[in-house]
Amino acid sequence: MEKRLFLRGNHALAIGAIKAGCRFYFGYPITPQNDIPEFFSKQMVKVEGCFIQAESEVASINMILGASAAGARAMTSSSSPGLSLMQEGLSYLAGSELPAVVVNINRSGPGLGGISASQGDYFQATRGGGHGDYRTLVLAPSSVQEMHDLTLLAFDLADKYRNPVIILADAVLGQIQETMVDRPYQPLELPPKDWILAGASGRDPRLIKSLYLKEGEMERHNWKLFEKYQRMKREDVRHENYLEEEAELIIVSFGTAARVAKSAIRLARAEGLKVGLFRPITLFPFPEKALFDLSQRVKRFLTIEMNTGQMVEDVKLSVARDADVHFYGHAPGSPPAPEELLNALKKVY
Amino acid sequence: MKQVFKRPRSLKDVSFHFCPGCHHGTIHRLVAEAIDYYDLRERTIGVAGVGCSVFVYEYFDIDVAEAPHGRAPAVATGLKRALPDRIVFTYQGDGDLASIGMSEIVHTANRGENLTVIFVNNTVYGMTGGQMAPTTLLGQPTTTSPYGRDFLQNGYPIRMAEMIATLEGTSFCARVALNTPANLMKAKKTVRRAFEMQMNNMGFSFVELLASCPTNWGMNPLKANERVEKELIPYFPLGTFKERKGTDHQ
Amino acid sequence: MYHEIIMSGVGGQGIMVIGSLLAQAAFMENLNVTYTPIYGVEKRGGHADCTVVISSEEIGSPIVDSPQSCIIMSRPSLGKYGPRVKPGGFLLLNSSFVDPLEVRRKDLDILSVPALEIAQTLGNDRLSNMVIIGAFVEKTRVVSLDTLAAALSQIFEEHYHHLLPANAAAISKGAEYARNSFHQ
Ligand SMILES: Cc1ncc(C[n+]2csc(CCOP(=O)(O)OP(=O)(O)O)c2C)c(N)n1
Ligand code: SF4
Repeated sequence: MEKRLFLRGNHALAIGAIKAGCRFYFGYPITPQNDIPEFFSKQMVKVEGCFIQAESEVASINMILGASAAGARAMTSSSSPGLSLMQEGLSYLAGSELPAVVVNINRSGPGLGGISASQGDYFQATRGGGHGDYRTLVLAPSSVQEMHDLTLLAFDLADKYRNPVIILADAVLGQIQETMVDRPYQPLELPPKDWILAGASGRDPRLIKSLYLKEGEMERHNWKLFEKYQRMKREDVRHENYLEEEAELIIVSFGTAARVAKSAIRLARAEGLKVGLFRPITLFPFPEKALFDLSQRVKRFLTIEMNTGQMVEDVKLSVARDADVHFYGHAPGSPPAPEELLNALKKVY
Repeated sequence: MKQVFKRPRSLKDVSFHFCPGCHHGTIHRLVAEAIDYYDLRERTIGVAGVGCSVFVYEYFDIDVAEAPHGRAPAVATGLKRALPDRIVFTYQGDGDLASIGMSEIVHTANRGENLTVIFVNNTVYGMTGGQMAPTTLLGQPTTTSPYGRDFLQNGYPIRMAEMIATLEGTSFCARVALNTPANLMKAKKTVRRAFEMQMNNMGFSFVELLASCPTNWGMNPLKANERVEKELIPYFPLGTFKERKGTDHQ
Repeated sequence: MYHEIIMSGVGGQGIMVIGSLLAQAAFMENLNVTYTPIYGVEKRGGHADCTVVISSEEIGSPIVDSPQSCIIMSRPSLGKYGPRVKPGGFLLLNSSFVDPLEVRRKDLDILSVPALEIAQTLGNDRLSNMVIIGAFVEKTRVVSLDTLAAALSQIFEEHYHHLLPANAAAISKGAEYARNSFHQ
């Protein structure tokens, strides 16, 4: 049964996780995502799940490695400085092919930075982030509804690919309250977990590892992972188009920035400017093909990000050579207002 | 007129942003007084942990480096090794020092680094809004132990001063409180002593200060002081746990 | 309908409470709504602002630069948001803390409500925020007063439910004041 709820993004996400069967949450406090661990500290006991406040983010991510190796759905959440500490663990998770869901409520940086909303962790999230040749799936919600829905999807994709999935949101998406339809969870069809560790009873011992020293073994492993990332690009790319028919200028934007862009586009349309929006929902795999197709028709693009220019590189790589790609950056502090973006888009229209 | 209450020279002439009744302000004053007492202002470098105390650079009129959460002892080690004749101290909360920074504090003590650690134990994470700390007492509710700290779930509160005292590298280690005038006097002497150890090249000195966080304890300052006496001190006894004499630290 | 509201004051005035109350009421009327709290850095006495967007269409930005309406509960808030209200917009002042004479703009619809004094007649200073939101809803009609009062039980936790009648009364008082006063 569908129910309407009015709640904040961080809670929508946590409710989604419990609905998806996540019973193991490990995390360490950091603003602006503390309402996620605080929610689990209350709720996990009610569903016979496990909540641990770890001693650090390094410990949190490795607790996930353990729970995931045991076959459980496990997650952590943090914000930028915490994600930096998790990079080693993410690299091991990817190398050992373990599913995990990791939430980054992006705050501003570098260093201790500030607690305001930012999209400064785009590169870290989409380029692997830790050492070695690997990728994580990255989902970028843009509403409270998506904070919930993409969390359900994240657990499925993590299991489908045996790979960590990052949900990249920010302080605005975590804190705003809005309407959400509480739909039932319909899981994807997933492969059996025939790799989990549970004690070698009646079968050969199994290993969860990322060390490959034998001749040619590491190379084969890397190409196997590569093939997996190619499959993600074929099967699990998501984006949203908004008013893109007959548009003369397309704004490319994700998350909070995309929402503000939508308002700016409405203002622009009221003035007769033909502007549309292309919103990547998966940041890795990036919707490069859809963007390329669009650039066959539209020749002007404006990438808007709450940073000084990161996703714009992927946009440039995606569009046809003869399309112009402009950039407008709103570095952290407070998020941009629609009027600010309207001015920015008029400059390149 | 004789001035009875003077701002230490090592503190800037600004007012604290801390919540009413918070002990961080008092501790800032104690540290600044010790620095002034030995006339160390021009050659002291502070290292700020991450917590409500990260703003030490707003208040101390000295050089300060900010460290990542929990890593202040490592940053201080680097500073002190590069500048052995300077006075280096860290200022850290219980989340910073006893949770995420447990590894750095233990190894810095164990190496006997000649620096001073000011450790503020208020049994919660202040800055992030009252989550459980490693020092949170059993039964104490926090925003991440809403049903009260339970040892099966969260383990026991850690007694840092006792633990640090077991390390060979530690030269001076004490726990003090600030809840009564008598305790405050002892705290003042103890902080001084810790800096004196460093000046005399005696090695690693560590002072744990039991502090109140009225905001996250949900108490007024008076009640918070009472809690220090009734609940904190019985579990975290006051005293000097280790003090090397003479020159026996090589 | 697309109505953007910024509410601003200092911590402790209950700004966040009336922001989420209005948002909850809009939700109960099946409207689209976003509520965005913005906290100052300091724990106490710092700025406390929130933005509420209520609409019958999909809501784009939950963040607003120039709102249709503004509720101002402190002097610094007036300096910050007064100039930003859209021409022809609505400004509601808590005149217990902000002098209406300080408003320089002539292109706004302004209502001053001595919320503290009204709350005192109810015997509780802390109901000022409810007086304000009652007056706001009476004037703007973004939701109905009945829904606003009904939303109280949704945003207060159960152990505060004995306070609901007093809060509802303060909402009515505010609405009554607004009805009886004419805009300057
Ligand atoms: C890597 C990292 N993780 C988490 C945080 C968030 N954080 C900031 S302060 C703090 C804890 C503060 O508590 P404590 O050390 O007890 O100091 P207090 O505020 O109580 O003085 C945390 C977890 C951070 N800044 N960096
Ligand atoms: S939150 Fe606690 S530790 Fe931080 S300033 Fe307030 S009282 Fe002090």
